[in-house]
Formats: sequence, structure tokens, C-alpha cells
Amino acid sequence: MTDEPLRDAVAGGVLGAEAGHLELLQSIVEVAKAIFRARASSIFLLDRETDELVFEAVAGEGAASLIGQRLPSSTGVAGWVLVTQQPLVLDELENDPRFARDVAESTGYVPKSLMAVPLLHDEEILGVLQVLDRPQQERFSLAEMELLGLFASQAAIALDLLGRARRARAVVNDESPLGVVARLAATLDAASPARREQGLELLAALERVLAP
Amino acid sequence: MADAHDEELPAWSLPSTSLDAIRMPPTWPDRVDREWAWGGSTGKGAVVAVVDSGIERGHPLVGEVEEAVAVSVTPGEEPSVVADEDGDACGHGTACAGIIRSLAPECTLVSVRVLGSGWTGSGRLLIAGLRWAIERGVDVINLSLSTTKLDHAAVLRELADTAYFNRTIIVASAHNMPVESYPWRFASVLSVGSHELGEGDAFFYNPRPPVEFFARGLDVNVAWLGGSSVRSTGNSFATPHMTGLCALIRAKHPELTPFQVKSVLHQTANNVREEMP
Repeated sequence: MTDEPLRDAVAGGVLGAEAGHLELLQSIVEVAKAIFRARASSIFLLDRETDELVFEAVAGEGAASLIGQRLPSSTGVAGWVLVTQQPLVLDELENDPRFARDVAESTGYVPKSLMAVPLLHDEEILGVLQVLDRPQQERFSLAEMELLGLFASQAAIALDLLGRARRARAVVNDESPLGVVARLAATLDAASPARREQGLELLAALERVLAP
Repeated sequence: MADAHDEELPAWSLPSTSLDAIRMPPTWPDRVDREWAWGGSTGKGAVVAVVDSGIERGHPLVGEVEEAVAVSVTPGEEPSVVADEDGDACGHGTACAGIIRSLAPECTLVSVRVLGSGWTGSGRLLIAGLRWAIERGVDVINLSLSTTKLDHAAVLRELADTAYFNRTIIVASAHNMPVESYPWRFASVLSVGSHELGEGDAFFYNPRPPVEFFARGLDVNVAWLGGSSVRSTGNSFATPHMTGLCALIRAKHPELTPFQVKSVLHQTANNVREEMP
């Protein structure tokens, strides 16, 4: 227990939520990698402020070093999928030296094949899911494309939740205008029982005044 | 008086004196088949715009690109269309162009680059590029992309209708994901999904729209950057197959409207009149 339980109730819920959503994203890429028997899978989040793609979850090859790395959203197949919102599967990529170099920079190794699908929630594009190097000898099927689409829907929901949690955290952050709510909670936690009771009465009055 | 009527009033009605004006070449055969539709056509004379990531110059599977423009956007200003020297930003436009040329080797290719500057403003670039291609009066526009932005839907629908009435055929990729997206869902464009048959030029009419046609989109060998080729899968690559057929038909029968070209494709689809593979 900390000495600021009320503040924690306000802020802790959203902080805990973010960790939970990141775990969910990680679980999605782990399952996608396993189901497609791929060498790696990753989820990029679109950062609208900087127009960049950010690695949020990576399973398999390159996992340790890639989380948090950023790429301009105008580059590579992930950028193309982001902008066109069309899923794409490419094989025999080793034939294209420029692509190999670009992708190596963003994945830590050069894949021979790549599946990329946009992460769409409502009308918004949130990011891109990639699956790298499924077994080459197996012919790709449209059923696999649909399966990839199902993973994408799940990943998009998780990314949406993550975005909400981060926005909520920004709201209770001390530096935001609404940080006063979190600070007030901390002050009430620290107050003597009598002052705390007075403060809560004042807040109840404020609530009645502000109620529509 | 009849002439004055034709010139001064919009043609929303048909006076009996104007029947000659709507007489229609060519003579339609009793049965529209592929030989009539595009037999002997190389696409020569048909102008095809690829609205995409650009087209790599001099790619052996693409050949000559007659015109290349790029749409650029500065915040606060209207997008502008300028000559494009940069080629292809990612490989995708080159792939589409290669598929179109494999079917219609002598069509005229116009590259309209609307990608390559990232996510910001991408919807505005698409709209500006599409508008430019329609105003240029090209025969066919290949659009292997879509947007889920409802804000853009009204403008795109208007552009799709303008193209349809100006005789430009927009061939657009359907989404194979359960999302609302545009412009492929509009009735005025020709929408394309993938079928799973690996070889050949089979295509199918879908009696259960919104997707209207299925073309080859699985394991297609396509042109890619640096003169290379890769194998690829996606509705993005089914779409240029239908674009290529539209170019062949338009080259042989330039007077056909988008409605008539669609109708010819329906008549010649493998599940309608041709042999089922």
C-alpha cells in the first residue's frame, strides 16, 4: 500500500491498464508467430504526432532490441500498408536488394517473406501487423489471409485500448490541466479526518453545482 | 428546331428527332465473347493511370512509362501535381503496372504517385491524384488502395460518379477485411477481389456484390524495385488484372462507356459464358 490510495485509484487504474494492454499485444504477436509457424511477428503503432511507426510488440527474431524503435511512416511495406490500408503478402523478397536493406534496418534481419495487414478500428488506422518468414515451401492461401485479418482485428482492439489508457494517463499527469483532479485526490489522502470530511462536502457541493 | 433543341437543352430526355444521335456503334454480336471483346487488342491507344506509389522507370516487366506525376501537399495549401522524377516509393505501383502491361503490352501508362509522404495528408493526396487522372480523361484508373475515412467518402463518391459519366473506368481493390472502406464499395467503380486459382486469366463475376469481380490475386509474380520481381498476394494485385482487361476492351472498342465495359466483362466472365476452369 502506498500513502496515496485515492490518487492511486485515479492514476493507478490507467497505468495498470497500459501494462495489461501491452501484454495483450505481446500475446497476439506470439500467437500469430506460432499459428503461421513464422520466424517473427511484430505490431507497429502509428504515432500521429510525429507521423512515425513505433514497434510496440515483437515476437521472435530481433524482439529484444526493436521495442520502441521508430520508422518514418513513409517507408517500406509497413508504410505502404498503413497508407493504402490494403493487406499484402510478399515472397522472394531477397530478389530486391533495396528492400532487403531497408527492412533489415527495421527488423534486425533480412526476411525472405512478409505478410503485412493494416490495424483498423472504426474508421481509424492505428498501426500495422507484420508476420515474417512463414515456411516458404507452403503455398499461401486466401484462408491464411482471412486468418491474418482476424488477428489484425484483435490487435486493433488492443491498440485502441492501449491508446485510451495512454490518453487517460496523460489526463491525470501532473502537467496536464486536468492534473488538478489527481492532485486534489492526493491532498485529500494526506488531510486530517476532519479536513478530509470538509473537503469531501465541498466536492459534493461542487458536483451539484456542475451537474447539468 | 431539332438541332437547337439538342444544343441548348441538357439531354435528360430523348426527343423523337434525336434518335440518330444515340445510335450506337459498334454492332454488337448475338453473343459477346472474349474474341469480340478484346481479341487482337494489345491495349494500344488506351491510357491507363496507376494511382499508387509511383512506377519504377525502365523496369523490364513494365517498359515505358509515358507520363509520371506526383501529388505533393504543404500544410494549409491545396495539393499540387508536379512532374515525378523519383520513380517508386515502395514497389507496389511498379507491381501493378507490370501486371497491367502483361495483359495490355501496348497501353499508355501514366503514373500518379500519391504515396511516399507518410500517413499525414495521405487522404488528401489520394483525392487530388484521382481528380487529376479523371480530369486528364484517362480510359482506366487502377486504384489498388482504399480509405476508411468517412470524411473522404463523399468527395470520393462524387469523383467516382464524375469518372463514370466522363467515361473513365475506375478499377478499385476491395478490402478482404471486415471494414467499411472506399471507394471500392461505390456502384460507379469496378471493384475487385481475389480468387485462388494460381494460373491463367480466369476471372469471375460475383452475383453477390458489393465485390463485383474476382481476378487472380494469389501468388502472382510481380515487378518490384531494382528491376527485380517478387511473388505477391493481395486484392491489390487482383485489381490490375481487371484494369488490364479494361484497357484491352477500351483499346478495341473506344466508344464503350464504363457501364458497357462492365457489361462486357460480365458476359465474358468464366462463371457466366466461358468454360469454368
